Amino acid sequence: MTAGFDDIVVTTPTSIAYRRFSNESAHWWLLSALRDMLVTAKLQPSDIDGLTVSSFTLHPDSAVGFTQHAGLALGWLEHLPMGGASGVIALRRAARAIQCGDAKIVACLSGDTNQLDSFRQTLARFSHFSNDAAWPYGAGGANGYFALIADHYMRQFGIARDTFGKIAVAQRSNALAYPHALMKTDLTVEQYLDARMIASPLGLFDCVMPCAGAESFLVMHAKTADRLGLPAVRPLAIIERHNGFAEDPVQFRGGWAHDRELLWNQAGCTPDDMDFVETYDDYPVISLMQLEDLGFFDKGGGADFIASHDLTCGGSFPHNTSGGQLSVGQAGAAGGFLGLVEAVRQLTGHAIGAAVPDARRALVSGFGMVNYDRGICSAAAILERVGDPHG
Amino acid sequence: MADPLQPLPEPVRKDPQKKTRSALVPPLARSRLGMRLGAQAARGRFHLQHCDSCEFIVWPPREACPSCLSDLQWRAADPHGRLIAETTLETSPELYFRERVPWRVGTVKLASGVPVMAHLHAHCRVGDRVELRLFLDKADRAVFMAFADTNSPDLREDIQLRELTNDPRHRRVLITDARSPAGVALAAAMTDAGAKTVFAGVAESWKRDAAIERLEGMNRVSVVPLDLTDTRSVEELCGEIGGKVDILVHNAEHVRPGGVMTGRGIADAKQLHDKLVFGFMRLAENFGPVMRSRGADGVNSATAWVNLLSVYAHANWPAYGQHSAAHAAALSLAQCLRGEMLGSGVRVINTFAGPLEQDWHDSVLPPKVTPERLARDIVAGLLAGQQDLYIGDVARDVAERFEDDAKLLEMELAGGGQ
Repeated sequence: MTAGFDDIVVTTPTSIAYRRFSNESAHWWLLSALRDMLVTAKLQPSDIDGLTVSSFTLHPDSAVGFTQHAGLALGWLEHLPMGGASGVIALRRAARAIQCGDAKIVACLSGDTNQLDSFRQTLARFSHFSNDAAWPYGAGGANGYFALIADHYMRQFGIARDTFGKIAVAQRSNALAYPHALMKTDLTVEQYLDARMIASPLGLFDCVMPCAGAESFLVMHAKTADRLGLPAVRPLAIIERHNGFAEDPVQFRGGWAHDRELLWNQAGCTPDDMDFVETYDDYPVISLMQLEDLGFFDKGGGADFIASHDLTCGGSFPHNTSGGQLSVGQAGAAGGFLGLVEAVRQLTGHAIGAAVPDARRALVSGFGMVNYDRGICSAAAILERVGDPHG
Repeated sequence: MADPLQPLPEPVRKDPQKKTRSALVPPLARSRLGMRLGAQAARGRFHLQHCDSCEFIVWPPREACPSCLSDLQWRAADPHGRLIAETTLETSPELYFRERVPWRVGTVKLASGVPVMAHLHAHCRVGDRVELRLFLDKADRAVFMAFADTNSPDLREDIQLRELTNDPRHRRVLITDARSPAGVALAAAMTDAGAKTVFAGVAESWKRDAAIERLEGMNRVSVVPLDLTDTRSVEELCGEIGGKVDILVHNAEHVRPGGVMTGRGIADAKQLHDKLVFGFMRLAENFGPVMRSRGADGVNSATAWVNLLSVYAHANWPAYGQHSAAHAAALSLAQCLRGEMLGSGVRVINTFAGPLEQDWHDSVLPPKVTPERLARDIVAGLLAGQQDLYIGDVARDVAERFEDDAKLLEMELAGGGQ
């Protein structure tokens, strides 16, 4: 059992409105999030002594260059290029640093720009493995690799597309109330099924839309948040794993399946105790994989579970309450923060879209970095609200 | 068993008003380790990295075994496996594929357990036992393609496969020095392989001989005047048929024994260089740019430039020292042309043979390569999409020794060996 998180809290969830394309730099998006967040928290830049940065398009800069760009003098710094797992992992790193006294207030930033060709460029030079063994095969990028994962998963577990469709449709319903969502028209399962194929079995509504945006939060001691008057959320347990189950020829599970016992034991609760769940939804099949690997239902049992639940904010199993990346858009590494930032808002009673009534506990899951044929990084956190948010 | 494939569309007469499709290429970027796969594939080998300590087979290429961190060795691997997942891409951010969708790819689990992403031949279905083959794609980079049945009669009808090979079928071929035994055999082999037209280039075409008569007697072979030593002649032919040459075979036979001191002198060397080396340059200056612009020009796009070289281009064989030197120069130019053609979709193919079965090699011991064997192997190489072909036992032997230790080979050849 790893150490608990004492009195560490997450606060000041911040989102910068997404745009389909942007000529601004990644630095601009990250700085916008930092500035907004500091205004909300009534802090000065000099109050921040720790920073994590996650961004694909910051290249050739890293977190180091960003500190000079932003004029931040820091005692602790992390560059976290972990894509969809970077939000949960940033929280884990920041919490440990604060627990150990290496930092007092850590700003966790994520953001990416999306210029006209930056998405293709990111994919075309993603990794050595991708260049050698994946990109030359049709250059489908994530759509191509996840099509193979979805094809294999559907055959292995007898899952049909309408199960994926219900996930996408419920998220669209959630997104209609979420101000930053780029996809704002209603979606039905029929439309999902009839949409043009992108890479079979993935259709248009299985795929996220690349965009520009930024997401961020602050991590600090509970007493600091209290002093600053910031509504906050407590992490009960966090797991991460990299390159788990490397022996599987096609990915049908992620590191969560390896670490979920640790997660629930450390949190002292069960899947039934969760009031809502935020998964990393680059594709609905991956959301399904996270839910089963984290113990919400048995492996392969997704069809029944999804059919028997309402996944909207007011439903029996609220899932991706902002609309997730499928409906809000995928702002690069910010996609790895979207669920966590949204969960903190929901748990502090500050939802900017549809609210989950009386939400006390939530699970946030991350999944990142398709180095070649599968997502390498998996992570999950269980969060609990501190005190009564409306009190 | 999958349904038989629809035959490839016959090429239609081109509307000169229409734009020739840009010769886009698939992704070029590879790591240096990834390039090693290409260096194997270029020579027709299916090699993957092996770990000697734990018998792991590794893909994608790595710097150490992911099981025990030992060093890895490239070695021949079993290319068989099972197709376990597939997708049909309907769009792609890379223009080359965007122009060619729908495009099928899949995951093949090799017998050793390692998964490999591969292009799929149309016959492949999930669950099938498949064979992986390595090809160089239009970017001259190695890629895997999976086949359910490599013997099926309609194998070559597959559009994705045609992108990886230099299939003569439906294409127009120019053979230089076609009056030579190799030229005649090549004309026959190309028409047998389905070439639409073979332009048989001959110097002094008014001179009648048995070779001309054989060429004229072949279906779909058209004898055209071409003197490789005459710049005008090359220019004129290019003006006439340049835009119709999809495969160019540079064949310039001029074998004479002798070295630097014992040879037939500079006059003879000049003749040889004029035909083989400067002839190559004349062809490249004229036909090269036209072919480069037609690398994606439909079913009968320009696809290959084939050089017939002596294996002693790699290391001088003093018994035929001048001949070796000229071929070394031609090889060097061919390597240059390969660089200039990269990105055009036109593959520069070098074929290396040992002594041919012909009069000027009468004092050379067998094994010698017959013209028919040479032609047959070249067509097979075009169908396999290979970049370097070693034809016959002597060529393969010399190539092996060259790869093993070039210095040792040089010393053996200087010592009177072959």
